[in-house]
Amino acid sequence: MAALPSRHRSLVLLAAVVAAQVLLLAVQIKRERQGRLIRVWSVSLLSPFERAGVWAVDGVRGAWNRYIGLRHTREENQQLHADLERLKLRNIELESKAAEVERLEGLAGFRQAHRNVPMVAAKVIGSSADSASKTIYIDRGERDGLKRNMAVITPDGAVGKTVEVFRNTAQVLLITDRESGVGAMFAGTRIQSPVGGTGEALVMKYVSNDDKIAVGERVLTSGQDRIFPPDWPVGTVVEARPASPFQIVRLKPLAHLSQLEEVLVLLTTQELETRKEPEKAAAAPKLKVRPAAPAPH
Amino acid sequence: MELGAVIEQHIEVHKFRAGSIAAAALLALLLQSFLPRYIHRASLLELPLLITVYFGLSRRNPSTGLLLGTIIGLLQDSLGHSPLGLYGIAKTIVGFIASSIGTRLDTEHPLSRLSLTIGFFVLQQVVLTLTKRIILGLAQPFFSMQLLAAALINGVIAVGLFMLLDRLRRS
Repeated sequence: MAALPSRHRSLVLLAAVVAAQVLLLAVQIKRERQGRLIRVWSVSLLSPFERAGVWAVDGVRGAWNRYIGLRHTREENQQLHADLERLKLRNIELESKAAEVERLEGLAGFRQAHRNVPMVAAKVIGSSADSASKTIYIDRGERDGLKRNMAVITPDGAVGKTVEVFRNTAQVLLITDRESGVGAMFAGTRIQSPVGGTGEALVMKYVSNDDKIAVGERVLTSGQDRIFPPDWPVGTVVEARPASPFQIVRLKPLAHLSQLEEVLVLLTTQELETRKEPEKAAAAPKLKVRPAAPAPH
Repeated sequence: MELGAVIEQHIEVHKFRAGSIAAAALLALLLQSFLPRYIHRASLLELPLLITVYFGLSRRNPSTGLLLGTIIGLLQDSLGHSPLGLYGIAKTIVGFIASSIGTRLDTEHPLSRLSLTIGFFVLQQVVLTLTKRIILGLAQPFFSMQLLAAALINGVIAVGLFMLLDRLRRS
């Protein structure tokens, strides 16, 4: 102050005294909703610096996180990729298990519904190495009471019959095999005709041109082959056209033969009650036991 | 510059009897708070302002003038309901400017005193209004007929009051 000229000294004093009184006023004044004016001013004065500070810190932190902190990102990325692959595999495994549980539940339910019919559940453990034949291997054999020419089914429909039985395994000839034959009949008209395999689909071999066959009609086992119990689903008609000397009737198997994982081996030809046609099953005799016999090839 | 220096040399810095400034200020504050209780129109008077202006013009020292204005203004604030500093700021500025003008003008003539007092009254009102508007957030008019009347009345009273106060000067 001593270094200032007299005129400036009084100006400085004026400014100081006025500023002090303005502050004094600010301390006393309380604005509605904003608190004391001195606080409003303090906040207004300091908040830009605080904001700038936060902005600077965020900027530094962001730069650090985005650039410098990415040193280990490549390793993390690789690790995450590895984790992702592992989890994908795990997911596939779990989905597979869930599907298996669902299938097993279906089989268990089927067995529960036919508790009085002797049958064995079996797992499909392999298929034929020969592409010309349609066979599968199951994990049941003589030890489980299996014999040749026993019907193999799923809750959806007929699968095939056992053709070779070993101690712990058995070979099953699928109904789609060219060598296969199933005694069958149309569900509606009860017209009987054997069903044979073509390698992929099924055909009904001896259907007269006079018989009216509708596409979509269901075909059931007739029991004439003495392997499959009667009235068990075989397939649905996908094509029926006149030909000489018999109609050509093509069927689509009802059992998912290309996705078999678990099957049931019937230890008898006792008639089964189908879930899909309960009224027919109810009308049909519940138990027909026939001795198992070799089927015609 | 030389002419200005000559003029300043001819302007006299008045000195007053010991305690007379304080006594006059206190008396003005007392009357300011006392008179309106009995005389309604007395609320138009601004005796503390007149004291600030008079001693500012007479002492002709800006630092002294602004400090006197500060003290009188703060005391006036403390005697009323207005927040401390409202009149303090106004009278600080008035005291500073009055002292500054006093070093450059002849403030002894009654007409000069009349016009200066009216001017300072208006200045005080402007500062008060700005302070109320900006700091206190109050809606305050800059001008009204009542303020104009008060300015004139204070100007007239100042002429007589200043003559009385001139008697406190040391010869």
